[in-house]
Amino acid sequence: MTDPLIINLALMILFLPLLGFVVTLLLGKRIKAIYIFELFIIILTFIGAVALAFVKLNYYQNTDIVSQFTWINFGNVPLLGQTSIDLGFLIDNIAVLMMFVVALISMLVHIFSIAYMKGDKLYNRYFAYLGIFTFSMTGIVFTHNMLMIYIFWELVGLSSYLLIGFWFEKKSASDAGKKAFIVNRVGDLGMLAGILILYTTYHTFTFSQIFAQISAGHLPFNSEFWLTVTGILIFCGAIGKSAQFPLHVWLPDAMEGPTPVSALIHAATMVAAGVFLIVRVYPLLTGGALMFIAVIGMLSAFIPATIALTQNDIKKVLAYSTISQLGYMVMGLGVGAYKFAFFHLITHAFFKALLFLAAGSVIHSMHHEQDITKMGGLRKKMPLTYTTFLIASLAISGIPLTSGFLSKDGILQGSFAFGSLTGYWIFGFVGFLVAMMTAFYMFRLLILTFHGKPRDQHKYDHAHESSFSMAMPLVVLAALSIFIWYTPNPFNPEQGAILSNWIKAPQLVTPQDTRYNFMKSDIPAGTVTSTVPENSEIMYSESYTEALHQAHIPAMLLSLVLAGLGILIAFIFYQWKKVDVDKLANSIKPLYNLSYNKWYFDEIYDAVFVGGTLFLSKILSWFDINIIDGIVNGSATLTRTVSTFTGRFDNIVVDGFVNFIAYLSGFIGLIFRRFQTGKVQTYIVFVVFSIVILLFIFK
Amino acid sequence: MTYFPILSFITFLPIVGMIFILFIPKTQATMIKSVTLLITSAQVIAALFILHYYNYSLGGINDPNSFQFMEKFRWIDISGFSWIGRIKIDYFLGIDGISVPLVLLTAIITFIATLSSWTIDKQVKGYFALFLLLDTGMMGVFVALDFFLFYIFWELMLLPMYFLIGIWGGKRREYAAIKFFLYTLFGSIFILLVMIGLYFSTSETLADGTRVFTFNMLAMMNPHNYNQFGILSPLNPNNLRFIAYIFLFIGFAIKIPMFPFHTWLPDAHVEAPTAISVILAGVLLKMGTYGILRVCFPIFPEITRQLVWYIALFGMINIIYGALCAMAQKDFKKLIAYSSISHMGFVLLGMASLNSLGISGAVFQMFNHGTITAMLFLIVGVIYDRAHTREIDAFGGLATQMPIYSGFVTLAFFAAIGLPGLSGFVSESFIFLGAFGFGLIRVLTVISTLGILLGAGYMLWTLQRVFLGPLKEKWSALSDLTFREYAMFIPLSLIIIFLGVYPSAMLNLMNSSVNSMVKFMADAKVMYSSLSGF
Amino acid sequence: MMQVGLNHFLVVSTALFSLGIFGIVTRRNAVMVLMGIELILNSANINFIAFARFGNFGLQGQVMALFVIILAAAEAAIALAIVLNIYKTFSTVNVDEIDTLKD
Repeated sequence: MTDPLIINLALMILFLPLLGFVVTLLLGKRIKAIYIFELFIIILTFIGAVALAFVKLNYYQNTDIVSQFTWINFGNVPLLGQTSIDLGFLIDNIAVLMMFVVALISMLVHIFSIAYMKGDKLYNRYFAYLGIFTFSMTGIVFTHNMLMIYIFWELVGLSSYLLIGFWFEKKSASDAGKKAFIVNRVGDLGMLAGILILYTTYHTFTFSQIFAQISAGHLPFNSEFWLTVTGILIFCGAIGKSAQFPLHVWLPDAMEGPTPVSALIHAATMVAAGVFLIVRVYPLLTGGALMFIAVIGMLSAFIPATIALTQNDIKKVLAYSTISQLGYMVMGLGVGAYKFAFFHLITHAFFKALLFLAAGSVIHSMHHEQDITKMGGLRKKMPLTYTTFLIASLAISGIPLTSGFLSKDGILQGSFAFGSLTGYWIFGFVGFLVAMMTAFYMFRLLILTFHGKPRDQHKYDHAHESSFSMAMPLVVLAALSIFIWYTPNPFNPEQGAILSNWIKAPQLVTPQDTRYNFMKSDIPAGTVTSTVPENSEIMYSESYTEALHQAHIPAMLLSLVLAGLGILIAFIFYQWKKVDVDKLANSIKPLYNLSYNKWYFDEIYDAVFVGGTLFLSKILSWFDINIIDGIVNGSATLTRTVSTFTGRFDNIVVDGFVNFIAYLSGFIGLIFRRFQTGKVQTYIVFVVFSIVILLFIFK
Repeated sequence: MTYFPILSFITFLPIVGMIFILFIPKTQATMIKSVTLLITSAQVIAALFILHYYNYSLGGINDPNSFQFMEKFRWIDISGFSWIGRIKIDYFLGIDGISVPLVLLTAIITFIATLSSWTIDKQVKGYFALFLLLDTGMMGVFVALDFFLFYIFWELMLLPMYFLIGIWGGKRREYAAIKFFLYTLFGSIFILLVMIGLYFSTSETLADGTRVFTFNMLAMMNPHNYNQFGILSPLNPNNLRFIAYIFLFIGFAIKIPMFPFHTWLPDAHVEAPTAISVILAGVLLKMGTYGILRVCFPIFPEITRQLVWYIALFGMINIIYGALCAMAQKDFKKLIAYSSISHMGFVLLGMASLNSLGISGAVFQMFNHGTITAMLFLIVGVIYDRAHTREIDAFGGLATQMPIYSGFVTLAFFAAIGLPGLSGFVSESFIFLGAFGFGLIRVLTVISTLGILLGAGYMLWTLQRVFLGPLKEKWSALSDLTFREYAMFIPLSLIIIFLGVYPSAMLNLMNSSVNSMVKFMADAKVMYSSLSGF
Repeated sequence: MMQVGLNHFLVVSTALFSLGIFGIVTRRNAVMVLMGIELILNSANINFIAFARFGNFGLQGQVMALFVIILAAAEAAIALAIVLNIYKTFSTVNVDEIDTLKD
């Protein structure tokens, strides 16, 4: 169903930032104040996103708006008939919610950056890049097909590359940008392979058509195995973009970019695109694929959390916590806690953006000092920043009355229920463990930064509370980290509109026997929407709902206890200094080193993949120059050698023969010239003799 | 449709210009350059006219009635050699959806290359005269439909190229020029052999009812035109078509250049002056793939079908091998040359798919590679003009010093990486989609996707080493682009962006031809297997 | 009485011919060589006439002889002129010294 208002709004939201990018980039050198245009654009975009969300959620709550056009027409292709590639929009509740988050955070980051980036010589270009990022992100959110996802996926990668390497004069920054792009490409290769499988099977990129064909029983290569593989391959894209294990290595490095960028791209929105992708393709994921996703999510939640425990760079800690939280979402999706995972995406976007912006505020006032061991006591200097940071820390730790509590608890509850239904308790177990670690490292960060005594007095003296344009976004985001926006009951998120009405679990289209047991529906696959009420969620069976309800209270209590424990330990260690942290670290030296050195991922990847590729390229280049070209040049040399020989042969044998004949003639002539005296009489004698001889012969 | 012989016009216009230039005194360098520019811009306009009058619905390939702007008349007709019989060669020009993009590309690239040649100051007259001769040769290859004519044009562009590299090139120019010349000549001999073999195997019926041997390529595509006992005739059970195919393929593969026949390319590129590198990468390489598509595929469809797996294999090797070699290069231009090898591998892979997506991707990739690589070589040329070195590690931080230039560089590099929104992405992804759809070569396609990863690797690494990081002191005097350089970069950038956003503009041109080609190749399976000897 | 037959004529002619050859080969003086040639010519004449007389050839032999005589006269005239010219050029008529043909 289409609605011109919604489609036009969506088009506006999509293309305004592009306009902003182009104008700001081209005029950036000429007009110093052109960034105001970009600001204006982003505010318009935000208003558009709000309007869109309002219209969609009010009037089309249960209807998805689709609009498409033919991008490429292949004409009448032999064997396939009329073939074309369509691009288009799918505006559903998830898209408008996501868009609202993107536009809001993007706008806040724009505003924050006005002061933060002040004085940078490429000030306008920075805003232009923010514009193209917003454009690309919007594309991912609105699209209704796999191809467009891939297109904007790469464009998001580009803007991320440009923004990470924004201070390109620093080698570390340009390295980080390059690393981010290439590591993302690794994931994208998997996704591309998945797209290839889907397209060759279904000859379309459009989700709804693919889903319809799958539910009609048409599988890639006619095998359920390949359907699982396809799901996993597409998920590879999410592994890259959402920095999941084992491709998480780029995200901490990406902190080389300006801090507002980290807040926007590498915490709140772009990295969530991976999760969004899984949400989009969720119906075609089989049980096997979901299990894979859950395992990856679990590892990504756990490993970075252990790393975050020991890092000293304020942004690095936040980066690892981002990976860990994204791991939560991915795990949540994997274990079937679809709604909570997406809910966590939204809440996390706000409080993580807040954490980064608050960190940015700190860094800004500390003159670009990022090491928390050199901070301390900033609470008094920057009360507003401190308060907002505290709220966000509480949210990420999952303390009641915050948004984080609602969503995180939901995921834990989901993995708990999953454990009780399938027996895989490991997800719940790791989830709770990570919740504790999260609470610990967040409060470690908070205490080291804001509490205690300043460790670098000089910098402390110059620290100051940030200006309005930096403070305002913090306040807005802090407000959004409170429960009240999402649900009236701070202990039950499902009472809010967002979970009960807006986010809907999709209908699976995978064959029944490939699903988790609890996801099997009683309605046979193939009879799609028409027979099922629009609002129903056939993803979950009765047993699941029940298990979820049973898990609610224990999960909530357990997570509360563990988070509280984590915070307590942090206070014991760093605030009250009851335990000597250094001594403790020394006593578990190997573990500490493993965590401090990020499990040596960078070193291993550098040695194996980067080193291996470079080594291979050196070898091949040597091979090219010496062997292949050697053969070419060798054949030239050979030809020349042969030609030298034939030349000799020509000179000696062939020409020798000719010369020999000439010589022979000369020699004979030498003999016969004796007879030629020049005297007629001699000749006559010869004549007479000859005649006499002839007479004897022919007598 | 007009009756104006626009193909002859666009092909021989440069020759006219060349003759004109020969009459201009040597000292009038600007005049010579202006005439060349005028001629090449006229060519662009003529190409746009062709585009305007081109009928999108006609397929071409093997059907003489659906070729467009055809010109056909008797060119050479000698009767009465005892055993050869009557020699009849037609002057036969025509274009279809596969050649139109390349005609357009040739016109554009030559125009850009003329602008890039503006800095030439050594023997200007000779340079531009040869340059225009080269232009005619290239254009001719893309419009000729008679094998003999095709071959003449093919050889015609060899000679000027030899001199252009050998006289106006860099330090090792003689070596590079000779290598280029001998290598391509080596390939030409194969083509010549097969051409003659085909000539004596094919005959067509004239209007007066006599049957004569023919060089007409379209006639060669129909098995019914073959003689019973021709050595390359499918009707002959003991034919040598398989070997002939290999020969022909090698002949064209050298031009692409396909691994392992590629080593002339880095040398030729590194030594050639910028404009010639641009032409070499932009147009000349396409002649190899075009030849395969125009000659190998439709004339030997049954053998093509047998060998696609190998074509795809070599495509894959080109992609991976070229990319890995590029990564190891220290010379900026050599790096781009190897990246060219990698990108041409995509064309091979796409062609091997034998389906519409793959082949249109391949043809589209030819065009895109032409524009993108031309831009990359221009980029190297700009920096070489200023810094007189191409050593990648010698640079650093140029983005600070030359921001606008760096902007274009970023655009071109990302286009080469295959960033969506730029033209390279569309063609590469179509090639993947097409090749993946063809059962046998699926695995090769998946391996080939590594090429885009490696591509991102070496391109971004180069970008970083040359343009990012702190600016080195000695480059603080480099100036940003001049007006002339803007005139080279802006059109190419616009084409790259336009075709990235709206690829239909180019794809619609070739759709019906590509579809006819695919259909022809599919039908050929049945048609050839019904003949004796199979 | 012995009848004079063909053989006798031939003997005379042979003798004359031999003398002529002898003269040509041995004499150094060009005039003498010329005289030798005359002898050879006349020996041939004798042959002609003898064969005409004894053979059945009609008058052809005599006619030939007459031709030869005329030819000999002409030849002698030209030859003597050549000899004179040789003498003028080389100041000698010794044929051994006139061997420019050899070079």
